[in-house]
Amino acid sequence: MAPVPVLSLANINVTFGGVKALQNVSFEVLPGEVQCIAGENGSGKSTLIKVISGVYQPAPGAEIAIGGSAVSAMTPVAAHHAGIEVIWQDLALFPEMTVAENIGIRQVLGAVPHLINHGAMRTVARDALARLGADLDIDAPLRTFAIAQRQIVAIARALAGEARIIFMDEPTSSLTRSETDRLLDIVRTLSAHGVAVVFVSHRLAEVLEISSRVTVLRDGTLVGVYPTEGMTQSRLTELMTGKTFQTTVRTRDNAAAQIVLAVEGLSRPGDYEDVSLTIRRGETVGLTGLLGAGRTELALSIFGMLRPQAGSITVGGKKLNARSNRDAIAGGIGYLSEDRLALGLIQQQSIADNTVITVLDKVLRAGLISGRKKDALVRGWIEDLAIKIGQPTDAISTLSGGNQQRIAIAKWLAVGPRLLILDSPTVGVDVGARAGIFEIVEKLAAEGLAILLISDEVPEVYFNADRILHMAAGRIVAEYDPHTVTLKDLEAAVYG
Amino acid sequence: MAKVRIPQLLRANPTETWLVIVLLLITIGMSLSSAQFFTVANLFNLLNTSSVNLIFAVGLLVVLIAGGIDISFAVAASVVQYVVATLLAKVGGGDWVSGLVLGALVGAALGAFNAALIYYFRIISIVVTIATFNIFFGLLMFFTKGVSIYNLPDWWIHRTMLIEFQQANGAWADLTLPVAIMTACVVATWVLIRHTSIGRQLYAFGDNPEGARRLGINIAAMHFVAFGWLGLMAGIAGVAQVHYTQQVVPNALAGRELDVLAAVVLGGARLGGGRGTVLGCVLGVLLISVTQNALNLLGISPYAFKMIVGAVILAAITLSNAPLGKMLAAIRARRST
Amino acid sequence: MSDNPTTLDRRTQRSWFRRITTRLGAENIGLLLALVAVITFFGLMSPQFLSMDTFNSVAFQLPELGLLTLAMLMPIIAGGINLSVTFTANLCGLTLAWFLHVNGGPEAGVLAFVVGSVLAVGVGTATGLVMGPVIAYTGAHPILVSLSMMIFVRGLGEFLTRGADISGFPDFIQPLGHGSIWGFPIPLLILLLAVGAWHVLMGRTRLGFSNYMIGSNIEATRYSGIPTRRVVTWIYALSGAMCAIAGIIMMARFNSVRVGHGESYLLITVLACFLGGVNPFGGFGKVVSVFLALIVLQLLSSGLNLLGASQHLATAIWGIMLVAVMILRWAAGQLTFLRIKR
Repeated sequence: MAPVPVLSLANINVTFGGVKALQNVSFEVLPGEVQCIAGENGSGKSTLIKVISGVYQPAPGAEIAIGGSAVSAMTPVAAHHAGIEVIWQDLALFPEMTVAENIGIRQVLGAVPHLINHGAMRTVARDALARLGADLDIDAPLRTFAIAQRQIVAIARALAGEARIIFMDEPTSSLTRSETDRLLDIVRTLSAHGVAVVFVSHRLAEVLEISSRVTVLRDGTLVGVYPTEGMTQSRLTELMTGKTFQTTVRTRDNAAAQIVLAVEGLSRPGDYEDVSLTIRRGETVGLTGLLGAGRTELALSIFGMLRPQAGSITVGGKKLNARSNRDAIAGGIGYLSEDRLALGLIQQQSIADNTVITVLDKVLRAGLISGRKKDALVRGWIEDLAIKIGQPTDAISTLSGGNQQRIAIAKWLAVGPRLLILDSPTVGVDVGARAGIFEIVEKLAAEGLAILLISDEVPEVYFNADRILHMAAGRIVAEYDPHTVTLKDLEAAVYG
Repeated sequence: MAKVRIPQLLRANPTETWLVIVLLLITIGMSLSSAQFFTVANLFNLLNTSSVNLIFAVGLLVVLIAGGIDISFAVAASVVQYVVATLLAKVGGGDWVSGLVLGALVGAALGAFNAALIYYFRIISIVVTIATFNIFFGLLMFFTKGVSIYNLPDWWIHRTMLIEFQQANGAWADLTLPVAIMTACVVATWVLIRHTSIGRQLYAFGDNPEGARRLGINIAAMHFVAFGWLGLMAGIAGVAQVHYTQQVVPNALAGRELDVLAAVVLGGARLGGGRGTVLGCVLGVLLISVTQNALNLLGISPYAFKMIVGAVILAAITLSNAPLGKMLAAIRARRST
Repeated sequence: MSDNPTTLDRRTQRSWFRRITTRLGAENIGLLLALVAVITFFGLMSPQFLSMDTFNSVAFQLPELGLLTLAMLMPIIAGGINLSVTFTANLCGLTLAWFLHVNGGPEAGVLAFVVGSVLAVGVGTATGLVMGPVIAYTGAHPILVSLSMMIFVRGLGEFLTRGADISGFPDFIQPLGHGSIWGFPIPLLILLLAVGAWHVLMGRTRLGFSNYMIGSNIEATRYSGIPTRRVVTWIYALSGAMCAIAGIIMMARFNSVRVGHGESYLLITVLACFLGGVNPFGGFGKVVSVFLALIVLQLLSSGLNLLGASQHLATAIWGIMLVAVMILRWAAGQLTFLRIKR
């Protein structure tokens, strides 16, 4: 006999201003299972979680049952009483408060003022952490802890709330591999104690590794619920996007081309050690490795924003001794940041201003910024990269992830670089729109641009780079030619 | 767990520790160079002169913890003084209790007005309180025509001493009633923010408003509690201040808001919310008054006080934001980069 | 959000309306309407309002507040604030006064005035050169840094003057505060020049461009290759320099320098910026809109003065206006939100 689901939803419809965010979706969670919700941005994953946690109300006709008994409506308080806890991607913790206060925050909630028992709060915190096998100083302010430890605090807070189902929204997006492993261990522990865990993750490898079932959503509708046994990444991608992707390894011979970037013996203790690499004209070199391997630090050093302690960087035959990224830019280097929201683009400002920010000296007339020159430059790039926008004066934040990323690429192409560093260019870009980004990359390489493509998604570098460097613990440990290694072997080497 | 480890205390309260050390150094230095500094009379004098600012400061602390800022509280206190003086004159004078209660109520109402504008219309607090500063001050000066009230009930202007005695050197040492009022306000604020659920919610809300909202903390209530509490304190401070000046001067308090803000922030409260303690706040105010008191006893021109205090705060802010090591590293990086 | 025009007429109307709004900016339309409303109201209330007297009173009073507001504007757009503007202006005036006194007081020559003015601008710039790097390099909150600078500058001024008025200047500086060229008030001319300079600086130069970007996201701006620390330092230095000009004009108008002159302007300058549509978080705001807001504020004050009300009532009404404008903006935001939702 099948066990009674701890939570089941059927006939869920949510509409925002005529747009159907969820359409006739059903969903259930079994006791102690580890399940995953997969889908592209906008597929309705987060809307579903918000319905479950009571933030959004579904249209009439929805059927929600907790532990087999029907519930009329979900509210945040009802969800909490039903043992449903959500760990949001931003964790929703309080950095200035201590670990104990963060975990025991429920003790201080409620509209009726009451005195609080600091001792009881600490006991609750210590117990919850003990259940996770974590040892943290509960009196230290949360801000003194790294993101992985904060996540443990967030899980402990959920446990302190007597959770029966814990939803985790993109829990691993900022964790290193060993931290991710630790988290996955914790998830298994929770599951063994009968707490169901539902993952929302775009990292397909993890999804398949940890969960027993995966619920796939697409465009607000349910595609299906599949066992992960026997499921492959490419099959899952097909289910999520509804498209099949033809992927082939690139073939191009750049061996004779001129060397654009030569890095020799570059070291910055603690970040990376003794790194040497070259990139030729028209060549795309992939740099992969787990989070924390030192990839971004290396990229920032080439870009002049982190100072290496030893070694040399040569661009186009000239030694680059960058005092800031302005020198690197003048040397012909562009850097697309992995964090588009915070560092890559200025979200509130206009598309036009974001495009010209790197090339202000090119839009001057008599020392002043010329509106006409600026306009021409912006329109040129928008056309060149086929970017879909409303008006150049619209804020960047009005664009989709894919189009934002194209603007971010345009602003670096505008400086006329010799080398473009693309740090995780598909983060926050839909699977469907990623192909478009790589078409641009391909075209740029064909025009002679040297490209350093950094990604922790191995297939991405496998199918888009001429050579692949594997970085681990701050060192480049191996170089691969996609023609002589299979994707499977490469993944095994990198994910270990 | 009763044992408190010193390093932990240091780590948890770096600002407070730092302020205590500086205060101790000044005290030791001054005790050696001035016979008058380390006397009961001088200590009482310090408390008498700082009590109004301390009441303001603990009120402002609550707003800062909740992530807001308030520029209007000092002029609100002036408004309270006028309203209380006028109303009590109509009912025949009143007494300390009725004066304080009335002042607290009017002050809280003015604070609630700020909170309502901030919460219901989603206007950030600095904009609202700059506007209400002008509204309160403008209307007060308009209706009073800038004229002071001298004719005040006896209880209000007749110095009420808590303790009074003559020292060996002949100087009188006295502690006035507002010091008791101040103590009550400080303790009440401490209980509120440290030991009640509402207080911890204020910290959480100031620290991460979105996280607080998702946990079900009542955001409207947080606004009204924070600004209402500051209004309450400002009202009480206004009533207490009259006890020293013995008249109600409409523009006596305008301008004090920024000095109090500087002192509270010196005490470790963070603009942006979530951080700040009553102890730090009290130490911040005391450090400034002790510095002024010391400069005064050393015979330095009173005109130099503010300059020195300003320079001290500027240096403190610079240093506390950039510990020496970090700053040197930045300079070195700049030289080499 | 699809565009479904029912009639051609409506569509042309809308595009006509949109053309004007995009050309002028929605902000300026609101301010122009407010301007018209103020002029109409006082024009109806008092026959003397629409006269040269009103123009003159505005023209001679606006410059002090206007120049200080310009000094406040750029730091606010950078996401900061400069609370030391008024006392810095005093200190700069004091510098000039001191230099004139050293060189003969009322008998001082034009050269002494010029050199003294340069010194004054230097002092103003210096305050910015202290604040800018502290803010840019340590990440200290601009409110705190400029607040402590304000306390310091005020203290320094009071220390130097012992709270007294400094007067006794050569006669030729009088026109700076009271004179006219071909009937056009000189102080207003200086303000217009400053507004023009700020308009070009903020709208057309790399520094101005960078300032807006920094106001929205300083790190992303730095990643784009803008020398953000240098820009922030410059912004506060320019703010200080503008304070010096305000200080010189104030000195000429009052024919004296006293620490505390114009103290009450401090919060009004912030109010004028917000009224002029400057984003309190930084990143957005136009000089022209702020200038319009200043005119509205000053006309209101002059009009009330004409009706016999005190300046204090005007102050209160300024505050009420700011609240009203913020509520209207909130309401407009709600409307757009609802329309998108529908």
